[in-house]
Amino acid sequence: MKSLSKKERKNLIRIIIALAAFVIVFALDKIITLAEVFGGEGGWLFPFALYLVIYLVIGYDVLWRAVTNICHGQVFDENFLMCIATVGAFALAIYRGVTGQAIEGFDEACAVLLFYQVGEFFQTYATGKSRKSISKLMDIRPDYANVLRGGRTERVYPDEVAVGETIVVNPGEKVPMDGIVVKGQTTLDTKALTGESLPRDIGEGCEIISGSVNMTSQIEVEVKKEFYDSTVSKILDLVENAAAQKSKAENFITKFAKYYTPIVVIVAALLAVVPGLVTGDWSTWIYRALSFLVVSCPCALVISIPLSFFAGIGAASRYGILVKGSNYLEKFNNADIFVFDKTGTLTKGNFAVTEVLPADKKEEVLALAAVAEKDSAHPIAVSIRECYGKEAAGGYTLTNIAGHGVVASKGGDVICCGNEKLMRDKGIDFKEHPGVGTVVYVARNGKFEGSLLIADQIKEEAAPMVRELTDMGCATVMLTGDNDAIASRVAAQIGVTSYKASLLPQDKVTEVEKMLAAKKDGDVLCFVGDGINDAPVLMRSDIGIAMGGVGSDAAIEAADIVLMHDQLKGISLAKRIARKTMAIVKENIVFSLVIKIAILALSALGITNMWFAVFGDVGVAVLAILNAMRVNSNYHKKSPGALPEAA
Amino acid sequence: MKKTFRMRDLDCANCAAKMERAINKIDGVNQATISFMTQKLIIDADEARFEEIMEQVVKACKKVESGCEIVR
Repeated sequence: MKSLSKKERKNLIRIIIALAAFVIVFALDKIITLAEVFGGEGGWLFPFALYLVIYLVIGYDVLWRAVTNICHGQVFDENFLMCIATVGAFALAIYRGVTGQAIEGFDEACAVLLFYQVGEFFQTYATGKSRKSISKLMDIRPDYANVLRGGRTERVYPDEVAVGETIVVNPGEKVPMDGIVVKGQTTLDTKALTGESLPRDIGEGCEIISGSVNMTSQIEVEVKKEFYDSTVSKILDLVENAAAQKSKAENFITKFAKYYTPIVVIVAALLAVVPGLVTGDWSTWIYRALSFLVVSCPCALVISIPLSFFAGIGAASRYGILVKGSNYLEKFNNADIFVFDKTGTLTKGNFAVTEVLPADKKEEVLALAAVAEKDSAHPIAVSIRECYGKEAAGGYTLTNIAGHGVVASKGGDVICCGNEKLMRDKGIDFKEHPGVGTVVYVARNGKFEGSLLIADQIKEEAAPMVRELTDMGCATVMLTGDNDAIASRVAAQIGVTSYKASLLPQDKVTEVEKMLAAKKDGDVLCFVGDGINDAPVLMRSDIGIAMGGVGSDAAIEAADIVLMHDQLKGISLAKRIARKTMAIVKENIVFSLVIKIAILALSALGITNMWFAVFGDVGVAVLAILNAMRVNSNYHKKSPGALPEAA
Repeated sequence: MKKTFRMRDLDCANCAAKMERAINKIDGVNQATISFMTQKLIIDADEARFEEIMEQVVKACKKVESGCEIVR
């Protein structure tokens, strides 16, 4: 109970005392019938007094609010209605007492208010708890910066540091703003930012992102962005504003609540008067009308919907997925067309040697190729040298033949390294490489040695992610600038339903617009990009998903959902979270409405009493809230390969 | 001008909705949203009359839930 605020704790104690007192008095009443203790005509006064005390203990604040609110002209105020219901029940009981009928009804009046308070308490507790889980994410906010000024470090507020100044970040401190490490080496914990639990090593010259935590040793950082412009501020801003983007479900329910209370009250008034006039049995019908008022508060409904969304957004953020609003989560649930940018999204976006033929001569072939590509800055040359990993033999004269390749010669030793044109030119009998991508052939002294396949590597999780989306009934489309041969091969490997090849970067928007125009009304198109050069497409699509959001401002701004890491699994995970959230939202709406209406109908018919009404009302609230909290559960169990969770 | 305010002791979700409606009716307010979950009021209102509008906003909120305070 440590997590309770002072106000909540006070309230809880009050509820427990009142509840205990109520149980004792209620039990005594049932056993010895309190009204007969003193007997006589005024016998009812004794139980009345006892119950009244409990009533005032538990309900004084509700009564007070009812009085002040009615002074403010808030007629359909829940506090006020609750008071009418309970005071009315008391009045009926007193009426029975005065007229000498059997004593009953005091316990009810008391219980209604008591359980109403229990429900209120639980609501406050649940929302507070949910809020806390989200504010954990807010822990990334740095409180100060150590800035180097005149040879000394000064501790100042992060927003007082200017671009170009140098700050010192000690182990255990949060990095206050984006910059570049100028001194020192350390390990960074970016868990709170990206959901990635693996620490990151950085050294001099590396970019550093605010919000991450310095783990091992002191570093000095040159500030590149002011605080308000830094990643941490952007993310906090985004999360804080997420709840302002209300979902359709939320708007529906607040609108519903707006009419629900007045309607229930009017029906209650009619119920109290009309049948009374007809039958003359006033007390029965007034009692039924009062039961109506007990269920008139729509709070359970109103709260359970935003709570579900909030929990959903919170759950997503634990995995490094930022959803910019409830409305996007709602829409994302219906997302059924996923358009992926190939390079950098489905693939790693870097060239690498993926295959060397013949496989048993891999080292030799690589060594020869590395000699020829020793000096070139071309990405292909770089990838070959990276793959070889050793210093290539020197002393060769390198001749670059544009569009063909490189010829390296030293004395009588001649190495040819290039495409098939070079091989044909030199009259070398070569074996064509079957792979798709860029092929480099290597020959030495006129004899073919082998070939290297250089291609953009497909991310390992691309295929499982696409499979999961396909299983959920989504269409997947890949956009790429590659030619059709490469595109079809990659598409088949990943398993996307279709692909569009040979697109220039600017064609992407047109292509997505075409798809938007062609889709059916209910379809929702998501575009997934790495945030580089695709801000217009991210904005144009129904839902834009940017990957690797950390450090890419344009992407954070343009996208609706931002994956703070670059793991594709986040997409299917986000989809699962959206699905669960919406399922729970729908459950809560239907469940609460059905129960409320059922209680109203049964009360009107006199089948139930006020006890049942209050249990129904509070019970629905509690169940709906518990159900909403289910959204924030663990999403690992369902998918063994899911992302590591940020603690 | 768009500004965000924290709301202290905003205890009921329906009240938040009521306040939101009331604030949106105030002259000079372009758009206002209250998020019950984050306990925040985001208001976009006429800059020249912002202070005066805020006075009215506070009054409107007090009317709905007297215990709730807008932290300014």
